[in-house]
Amino acid sequence: MSEGAHHPAMSPVEERVAALEALLTERGLIPEGFIEQTIHRYESEIGPMNGAKVVARAWADPRYKQRLLADGTAAIAELGFRGAEGHHMVVVENTPTVHNVVVCTLCSCYPWPTLGLPPAWYKDAPYRARMVREPRVLLAEMGCELPSDTEIRVWDSSAEVRYLVLPQRPAGTEEMTEADLAALVTRDSMIGVARL
Amino acid sequence: MDGIHDLGGMQGFGAVDHSPAEPVFHREWEARARALMEVVLGAVQPNGGEFRHAIERMAPGHYLTSSYYEHWLTAAATLAVEHGLLTREDLEARAGGLFPLSGPVLAPPVTDPGGDLGEPRFGVGDRVRVREWHPPGHTRCPRYIRGKTGVVVRLDGSYSLPDVEAHSGGERHEPTYSVRFDAAELWSDGQHGVCVHVDLWDSYLEQA
Repeated sequence: MSEGAHHPAMSPVEERVAALEALLTERGLIPEGFIEQTIHRYESEIGPMNGAKVVARAWADPRYKQRLLADGTAAIAELGFRGAEGHHMVVVENTPTVHNVVVCTLCSCYPWPTLGLPPAWYKDAPYRARMVREPRVLLAEMGCELPSDTEIRVWDSSAEVRYLVLPQRPAGTEEMTEADLAALVTRDSMIGVARL
Repeated sequence: MDGIHDLGGMQGFGAVDHSPAEPVFHREWEARARALMEVVLGAVQPNGGEFRHAIERMAPGHYLTSSYYEHWLTAAATLAVEHGLLTREDLEARAGGLFPLSGPVLAPPVTDPGGDLGEPRFGVGDRVRVREWHPPGHTRCPRYIRGKTGVVVRLDGSYSLPDVEAHSGGERHEPTYSVRFDAAELWSDGQHGVCVHVDLWDSYLEQA
């Protein structure tokens, strides 16, 4: 690529990413394969399928659930999920009368080992601005209509703790295996913008 | 700083563009920007909180009209320039156009981090008030709770105070707390059965 090259097919932000990558490459700062490995890690190794296993285990095993609510970090690590943005986990439990929902008003804090990287809407201004101010209205807009007497607890992850919501186990799932249960658990339900 | 990033409670943003099934990366450039951010952080070794503060220093108009991966790209490039790894001219010449970077740090460097605060000043059930102040640097105390009174619901151990570490080579560790605020205390629209919990360092709080 020549100095100052302009690629008509690229948007301005793509030009900037390509520029930064080229400059860092020229300075020998990007190890061979680093970018591809990093992308692979975020796309394939972490994600809500991990959190779903935690939730399914908690539904299937009352003693695990007890440990999970008492010390989220340790109980989640029992299933092998740990690391950056997951060192200090607190799990908050939904009940018939209490609904929990997680937000980061200041940036995009999110429990990577259990949920992966956050979805775009979680990082965008409307969600961050509104979830602390009018959660009942916003949840309903997002398809999570709650009875008016359900208490809503919003958790703004502004320090070191990262939160995972433990959704209520759906009725009629008593006979299901842990793997089948995990398949029911969505990312949205573990952020708290959906019920199952 | 009272920056554009501090969005809690702001009005007028409209609907959340929400999809239950969203890919990790929408575009190839987002994935590459995410990886390049790690390359830059590895090369410049910023202080804790310095990267977040670089995002906070983005021009408000740019911040609100760009996606989070563009925030990360902008902050990574800003730190690369501020730490002498690259120049703005390098970036713009190569990009073939403008490469907007974040604005300058407004806060003076912290020369004396002070000693760690060992014992928590507050316990579960204590009523606390959030300091009403406007620090010009990095802080993790959102604006919407300043001056408001809440109740401590959890103690989370001691961590490095972001306000110090982002502006200093040193650290000061302080206890952190999860504090519950009733919606009626935060907003004047009197929502029923809603509370907001915010996780706060000790020096953000005073006895209520």
